[in-house]
Amino acid sequence: MDEVIRVKGLTKLFGQQAVLRGIDCAIQATEVVCVIGPSGSGKSTFLRCLNGLEEASGGEVLVHGVSVHGVKTDVDALRSEIGMVFQRFNLFPHKTVLENITLAPSKVRGLTPAQARVRACELLEKVGLLEKINAYPSQLSGGQQQRVAIARALAMQPRIMLFDEPTSALDPEMVGEVLAVMQALAEEGMTMVVVTHEMGFARQVADRVLFIDEGLVVEEGSPAAIFDHPQHERTRRFLSKVL
Amino acid sequence: MEQVLWFGWFRADIISQYAGLFWRGLQMTVVVTLICIVQGTALGLAVGLARVAEARHAPARQLCKYLLQWPAAVYVSFFRGTPLFVQILLIHFAVLPVFINPTDGLLISGEAARDLKQNYGAFLSGVVALTLNSGAYISEIFRAGIQSIDRGQVEASRSLGMSFPRTMYHIILPQAFRRMLPPLGNNAIAMLKDSSLISAIGLAELAYAARTVAGAYSRYWEPYLTISLMYWVLTLGLAYGVKKLEARYGRGDSR
Repeated sequence: MDEVIRVKGLTKLFGQQAVLRGIDCAIQATEVVCVIGPSGSGKSTFLRCLNGLEEASGGEVLVHGVSVHGVKTDVDALRSEIGMVFQRFNLFPHKTVLENITLAPSKVRGLTPAQARVRACELLEKVGLLEKINAYPSQLSGGQQQRVAIARALAMQPRIMLFDEPTSALDPEMVGEVLAVMQALAEEGMTMVVVTHEMGFARQVADRVLFIDEGLVVEEGSPAAIFDHPQHERTRRFLSKVL
Repeated sequence: MEQVLWFGWFRADIISQYAGLFWRGLQMTVVVTLICIVQGTALGLAVGLARVAEARHAPARQLCKYLLQWPAAVYVSFFRGTPLFVQILLIHFAVLPVFINPTDGLLISGEAARDLKQNYGAFLSGVVALTLNSGAYISEIFRAGIQSIDRGQVEASRSLGMSFPRTMYHIILPQAFRRMLPPLGNNAIAMLKDSSLISAIGLAELAYAARTVAGAYSRYWEPYLTISLMYWVLTLGLAYGVKKLEARYGRGDSR
């Protein structure tokens, strides 16, 4: 399998505080990796280092062999291949659903308005929101906004998708609709890294689970291995609280 | 000319006799204010962006700090920390002659300089001073407006592969502009009124017209009340225009 992401000894300091203390991992093409761990463990920071939203303090992140934090790296070109979905959606409130989705493909990829619109319609159909094409984000529920955010990221036809706690800001009854879209994406073979508290989703969809605590990968393995036979005391303690 | 008295004390004939002077003064006030609003906004945008400029890596990071952030901060501090009146005098009597001077002007010298200074000196100095002054205030409005937009907006845009300038242009500034309209409107109104200070260096705008008339007749109610009402009408018009803009650009906003 192709290795798409390689993380070597990644560290991150916020002031004096070490949030990441040397993370190593590799992610293969079409793999779905779920990152779990207590809040404050550094898992979101880890994810944000993968597309350079966060600067690394030490170590290296390679995406398709390109160093994300390198001085000469064209970070915009790199990011256009890596979709990201945020906890708080971060849709553009002054733009309609259609404009949210077509903006980057037109400006960065140079699609014509017609091409961008066709692509947006396909994606909205996929996330079940075609009828909201002309709505503004404020007119949508949280679950709908997050599905639009996923469509927006997919419109760039990325090779990797990053999800930063995509259901944590949602009302419980809307979690399912977002997870369903993500599961469908996983089944299509998208490479995904998902920071999540949804253990059911991780168990069902993930190929591999990383348990991060205090800035280190404490344990990793198949969902069955992590959830049913955790090897480390810290993993056991965390899982006993969330399962 | 026959005296015309309104309410037994207001010499309306003075105003009608000098109607042309007031009219040209009004035009000058409006022209100076409009030029300064446009230039001040452009300058304010540039300086405001300079103050929030950041770069990821050295040496661009240091260059940003010492060549953009710091000079912008010093400029803003100076022009907000000294009186506009003093700035006008300084620019007209000290700075302008360095650049436009019949003997050794850095920009223009000789006979052309004499003419230019004679005919447009006060206008030039006034416009430059008011632009620099308002640019400092407007840059703070831009900076606050840009910084008031949720960080997640920048992150979402950048993670789509959009560059910093594109993110500013398509995502941040349109949202910030809505929030900046009320303070920008206030600032425009302040500029309109502050343009009266340029009369001190002899620019024939509204306040200058009133002073001329007051000097000729030793009457003060008539000219100053007249231009007060004219300023008032102008500021009401500006406030109305800003309100219209707010209504127009406020659509589709979720916040």
